Amino acid sequence: MSLLKVESVSKSYSEHQALANVSMEIPAQTIFGLLGPNGAGKTTLIRIINQIIEADQGSILFDGVPLNLEHIKNIGYLPEERGLYKKMKVGEQLVYLGQLRGLSLRDATKTGKEWCKKLGIGDWWGKKVEDLSKGMAQKIQFIATVMHEPKLIILDEPFSGFDPVNANLIKDEILELRDKGATIIFSTHRMESVEQLCDHVAMINKSEKILDGSKAEIKEQFRDGSYYVEFKEGEISSGSSFELISTEDIGRGLRRALVQYSAEGNPNDLLKELIGQVEIHSFVERIPSMNDIFISLVKGNPELVES
Amino acid sequence: MNKILLVIQREFMTRVKKKSFLLATILVPLIFPAIIGLMVYLKSESEKNKEQELIYLLNDSALVTFEDSDRYKYENVEGPLDSAKSTFSKSEAFALIYIPELDIEDPKGVAFYAKSSPGVTLVRGFEKDIESQIRDRKLTLAGLSDDQLDQLKTSVSISSFNLSDTGDEKKSDAKSTFWISYVMGFLIYIFLFAYGSQVMQGVIEEKSSKIVEVIVSTVKPFQMMVGKVVGVASVGIIQFVIWMVLMGVIWAVIGSLLGLDPSQAQAAGMTPEQQQIQSNEILEIIQDVNWTQIISLFLFYFLGGYLLYGALFAAVGSAVDTPADAQQFMMPIMLPIIISLMGLFMFVFEDPDGTVSFWLSIIPFTSPIVMMGRIGFGVPAWEIVLSMVLLVGGFIFTLWLAGRIYRIGILMHGTKVNYKVLAKWLMQKN
Repeated sequence: MSLLKVESVSKSYSEHQALANVSMEIPAQTIFGLLGPNGAGKTTLIRIINQIIEADQGSILFDGVPLNLEHIKNIGYLPEERGLYKKMKVGEQLVYLGQLRGLSLRDATKTGKEWCKKLGIGDWWGKKVEDLSKGMAQKIQFIATVMHEPKLIILDEPFSGFDPVNANLIKDEILELRDKGATIIFSTHRMESVEQLCDHVAMINKSEKILDGSKAEIKEQFRDGSYYVEFKEGEISSGSSFELISTEDIGRGLRRALVQYSAEGNPNDLLKELIGQVEIHSFVERIPSMNDIFISLVKGNPELVES
Repeated sequence: MNKILLVIQREFMTRVKKKSFLLATILVPLIFPAIIGLMVYLKSESEKNKEQELIYLLNDSALVTFEDSDRYKYENVEGPLDSAKSTFSKSEAFALIYIPELDIEDPKGVAFYAKSSPGVTLVRGFEKDIESQIRDRKLTLAGLSDDQLDQLKTSVSISSFNLSDTGDEKKSDAKSTFWISYVMGFLIYIFLFAYGSQVMQGVIEEKSSKIVEVIVSTVKPFQMMVGKVVGVASVGIIQFVIWMVLMGVIWAVIGSLLGLDPSQAQAAGMTPEQQQIQSNEILEIIQDVNWTQIISLFLFYFLGGYLLYGALFAAVGSAVDTPADAQQFMMPIMLPIIISLMGLFMFVFEDPDGTVSFWLSIIPFTSPIVMMGRIGFGVPAWEIVLSMVLLVGGFIFTLWLAGRIYRIGILMHGTKVNYKVLAKWLMQKN
């Protein structure tokens, strides 16, 4: 069951097309990575989902219902360009933002305070935002995004501005929110957090969707039968079942080769041939990283590019 | 709707809680009467302390004489004129008046010498004095006795009345209507600028602090804009009402203090009866001014004018990133406001019912200031109604126009904006 269904959405500004016929389904209770280079159209899609702008064509279904203003209270949005009212107090600010998302004054105060305590900034409730450090302000923004218990949480670069400790704290909160039933759209350029967090991934490039699926599927799709082989002495040369791509010294008298078996081959044939050539110390499949996939796709190169 | 209220509430509370608001609200009603009082006091002091000035007189004519007054003491000097001039230039005297032998039918050649150029009213005063002396002399020559001359002198003071359609007459006082008009028109002018630029500042602040995107994902940009404009307006109205109440209290307190102290009026040379009559007249005029009408119209024109301009200020704020960038778009907004104020001085005070005054008080962009300026002089009901209806239409139009620019501008960062870009935003679909 998908929480959000984007159906052939297009949007163009006067001089360029920001989104061209983009469709995707975001399964409920997953972390959905929305990837793409700068200017690909991610922000446009996110703004359309937030009903900040309207799509020229296409439709969006939220829980099976066409997206409408009632859904504002079910969505939490942490934009990449984010800030707070500097002259307002932390508490006033959270209550105001909570109320705008449909909470009552009482509920907003209660959940706001609980969240502040949870993230270790309970003492800052009565302080002005301008006195906060950047990291603390980021926490306030995160709280404002999730305090009304939205079904859909949209996070655009949520970790920017956090030190590693706090980034981990927020990461754990995101996972907890998912486990409690929330669906999260996660837009970032930091591929290591995509590896860690995302269940599903979609990628937009030049206003078109070029990739969509679960992370495992995508990785499967990008497996190309290449293996790292660590061996002692001797030389590996391309054989009948595989091709040698590169070799390097890795110290302690060991060398490492990257080999790829040909279309008809399989790992066992590859191993048999290698055993005949050298003494093998390790044999491991090269699983493409999200980073590799991202770069190769953006460069329009179906071959994997090693980073 | 509920969300607009939230936005209004926030805009209102954050401004009202500021110390600067508290200070301005309390200090302005204290400072203004204090400044006016100080100026009146200084003026009366300088009048009181003015010393009698010495004037040299070289009078070769038997037709005119000068008598010492509170202001001037006359001293005859010897002729001829050249030596009188040199005596004068070496002396401390204030002026030298030279009167040659005058032909009663054609008095010519009177000269006034002073070390600095004399004021027009000063010279005019001497001219009148000499003219009346010569006229008296002519009348005596024609055979009138001194008694008859005295009887010829009459003093007239004109009381002016406003006659309404129903035939009621009200005593009017040109001075007080002028002041009411002046103060009301000017107050609207100040309010438009002060609160209009507050709206703009607020929008720029939201843009630069990057809170906008979060807000527009919960409320429509138009609601956000209207909420801000109305929120700031309610601050203005509260401030105005507090000012009026405070000033009323201060006025009452000062009035009762002065009323208990007749010695000042006596010092000014008035008998208690005169004083009584004068203060009664002032009271009557203050009571006759239709304060309910003026204040309710003031609130209407302030709100209407402010909504009209506030929306435009908001649009400018949304289009730029910093207050400095806003300058280029301020001119077309400020121009009609400044034209209104100039129109107030150049046309309304001269001729409150003239064609230019009429049109300026009907056109929505100038009507808030100009109509308030005309109100004191009496304006036909249909003109007020027409002007009010057009003003409502006017601010609905500017709110719509500003909303179209605002919804796009608010999300734009670092874009170079000019009028062409604004026009494009205006036409752009959502």
